[in-house]
Amino acid sequence: MSRQITIDPITRLEGHGKIEIFLTEEGDVDNVYFQVPELRGFEKFCEGRPVEELPMIVTKICGVCPGCHHMASGKAVDAVFGLTPTPTARKIRELFYMAHFVHSHIAHFYALAAPDFVVGPTADPAERNVLGVIAKVGTEIGTEVLKQRRIAQEIQALLGGHQTHVVLNTPGGVKKGLTPEQRDDIVLKAKGFIDFSKFSIKIFEDVVLANRDYVDLILHGPYSLKIYSMGLVDENLKVNFYDGKVRVVDTDGKQHCLYGPTEYRDYVEERVEPWSYLKFPYLKKVGWKGFVEGNDSGVYQATPLSRLNAAEGMATPLAQAEYEKMYNILGGRPVHNTLAMHWARLIELLYSAEHCLELAEDPDITGKELRAPIQGIKGEGVGIVEAQRGTLTHHYWTDERGIVTKANIIVGTTNNNAAICMSLKKAAQGLITKGTKVTEGTLNMIEMAFRAYDPCFSCATHSLPGNMPMILNIRDKEGNLLDSVRRD
Amino acid sequence: MENKPKLKLAVYWGAACGGCCVSVLDVHEALFDVIAAADLVFWPIALDFKYKDVEAMPDKHIDITLFNGAVRNSENENMARLLRQKSNILIAYGSCAHMGGIPGLANMYDKASLFRRVYIESESTVNENGTLPQPRYEVPEGVLTIPEFYNDVRTLDQVVPVDYYLPGCPPQTERLVEVFMAVVKGEALPPPGSVVGAREKTLCEECDRKKSDNKVIKKIYRPWEIYDDGETCFLEQGVICLGPATRGGCGARCIKGNSPCRGCYGPPSESIDPGAKMMSALATMIDAKEPEEVEKILEDLADPSGTFYRCSIPASLLRRKMIT
Repeated sequence: MSRQITIDPITRLEGHGKIEIFLTEEGDVDNVYFQVPELRGFEKFCEGRPVEELPMIVTKICGVCPGCHHMASGKAVDAVFGLTPTPTARKIRELFYMAHFVHSHIAHFYALAAPDFVVGPTADPAERNVLGVIAKVGTEIGTEVLKQRRIAQEIQALLGGHQTHVVLNTPGGVKKGLTPEQRDDIVLKAKGFIDFSKFSIKIFEDVVLANRDYVDLILHGPYSLKIYSMGLVDENLKVNFYDGKVRVVDTDGKQHCLYGPTEYRDYVEERVEPWSYLKFPYLKKVGWKGFVEGNDSGVYQATPLSRLNAAEGMATPLAQAEYEKMYNILGGRPVHNTLAMHWARLIELLYSAEHCLELAEDPDITGKELRAPIQGIKGEGVGIVEAQRGTLTHHYWTDERGIVTKANIIVGTTNNNAAICMSLKKAAQGLITKGTKVTEGTLNMIEMAFRAYDPCFSCATHSLPGNMPMILNIRDKEGNLLDSVRRD
Repeated sequence: MENKPKLKLAVYWGAACGGCCVSVLDVHEALFDVIAAADLVFWPIALDFKYKDVEAMPDKHIDITLFNGAVRNSENENMARLLRQKSNILIAYGSCAHMGGIPGLANMYDKASLFRRVYIESESTVNENGTLPQPRYEVPEGVLTIPEFYNDVRTLDQVVPVDYYLPGCPPQTERLVEVFMAVVKGEALPPPGSVVGAREKTLCEECDRKKSDNKVIKKIYRPWEIYDDGETCFLEQGVICLGPATRGGCGARCIKGNSPCRGCYGPPSESIDPGAKMMSALATMIDAKEPEEVEKILEDLADPSGTFYRCSIPASLLRRKMIT
């Protein structure tokens, strides 16, 4: 009799993700499915819209990372018009984008990742949340977390207009400039981000790296996946979020490809599974070989860790030093330990903060040339950025008036769809074997594999306390409930 | 007020982006006032109460439910029905629940064409067998289920009766706090079916841009065809702005970012159709006498239905485009 375990994240992920675990008759894990039960169909209903409206329409794909869609879309629109933004416009966009990363990465680390480490992976779930983190590290730090996140949001609102659904981009530029006074204020705030990022890395060192059990969990727990790594790099092959080429390295760190936005279809393909509304991208030249690891399988990941794996370093000095340190401790690049994503995310936080300051201090940032003059409509454009949760591609086709005829979008988290399924299966296999009593702690340890990806299905959990409550039902083939584990 | 039991509040999302939930969180410090006055009994993204807990509640147990998101699939519909049953006051929160919102643009197409685009025709998708997601699918190990995707996007009030509408994409947080505090203080509520948390007057009344109220539109421009001076009414510069057909309440946030309004707060009370309201507003501003002249000017209007009904197709008189 085979058994089926449903991890239905009834709260916080409801409507966004569901995990089904099938056990063999002996009680070992047979297979795991990660299902996305939702589709809204932006690719279709963007058709017929004037292309310049798309940066404001696609923000509604996600209310937590709207800035990423706005940027990828804005770049695709630039390309449709054959325009390169003015230096000032480009830097204003990038400044906005760094604030977006600072805000998101702070929220993820403190609200989602830290509870597992600071409070403990199998601690009482009532304490395993951001409030528990604050109780351990002190209220002052908690206040500082909220403050830094708010400041990053204020920079976004200043530049982006609408506080949630940013309206900054226009073909070849931006709609609003920056005054010298506003710039001076951002310089001060960016310095604060750098201090806070350094402080966050120190917390990670003190709490995680100084604890042998945690290091052991990162290195030897059921959380490693040997697959290709994807990330955007600049001309020096350093990590970049706003612009550059997409680089993919294999499980040994060897370059598989380096492609510009317009070439993405030569390297990435997507497949459809009948049991999920979310597609499964894979590397075209390697091919889809199923949910398997290794250089012969086209499965890849696009995450903070894969971005660091795919690059030759960071473009700012403090982040570069931390990058080197991480790879020294973890035994060289590439790293395949899923939980190291949290470390990589903090190194990216530091880079975002440093680059935020570089941009704010750049003389161009208060320039008056906010957009390039319109020259005509080329009719096709691709825009790629790194979203916090993976490489984001928007591709639009238009008629001669700039009305969209087709749109193709590959969203950050979508890249990781197959990888998430596989990470969950590995964690489940490592944690559930015949005769094991499945506990709430088991659930959390499975969930940790999922959480490391910071998947956008859970985007709204960002600023919130805590762990993801779940019910795990063990049923027989007829669906009768045999056992139930519940975490509130 | 001290003697009264605390209010029971619930927040739920249907087909949504998460922005409405973020707007609830953005009450920041006021969250403490909210918590002092109310117990949050169900809020999937934030709290640990379950679907089962809602099912177990007596009918009308929840005082106020904020339902955000449109009704796109069977799960959204089931939750709308359940929460209606369990709630005393059900509020359609945000543009998607109120009018269908941006996901409502899908009503210009149908389910088959959406699926075809996403799963078959997409230029990066390889799907020779034409595989499409199935509500129930047998894998070798057992059965997997996902909600059924409907042909039409519906507003909340097309599925269950709604008491109030709190508009916006997302609603401006201050408006939510005002409404909430009014309930807490026991102020008289407007008649059921009212829009709350928004102004009765149009957005133009709270917009700082300069306007002359003359017939000034000689030509319609796309936003990138002009150099916006940052000060003059968009419509007077020839750029379509939905301000005159939209309620105030947002503080003209997009316009402050130099981007014209796209109507997320919906039309004022007296108008039954958002697009019709905008057409009549536009008609009063066009500087032309002869019908041919007017027609000529309107030729430059790109995507009128997708612009005038940007956030409101399911709530419009037509509800969807007829697909033949």
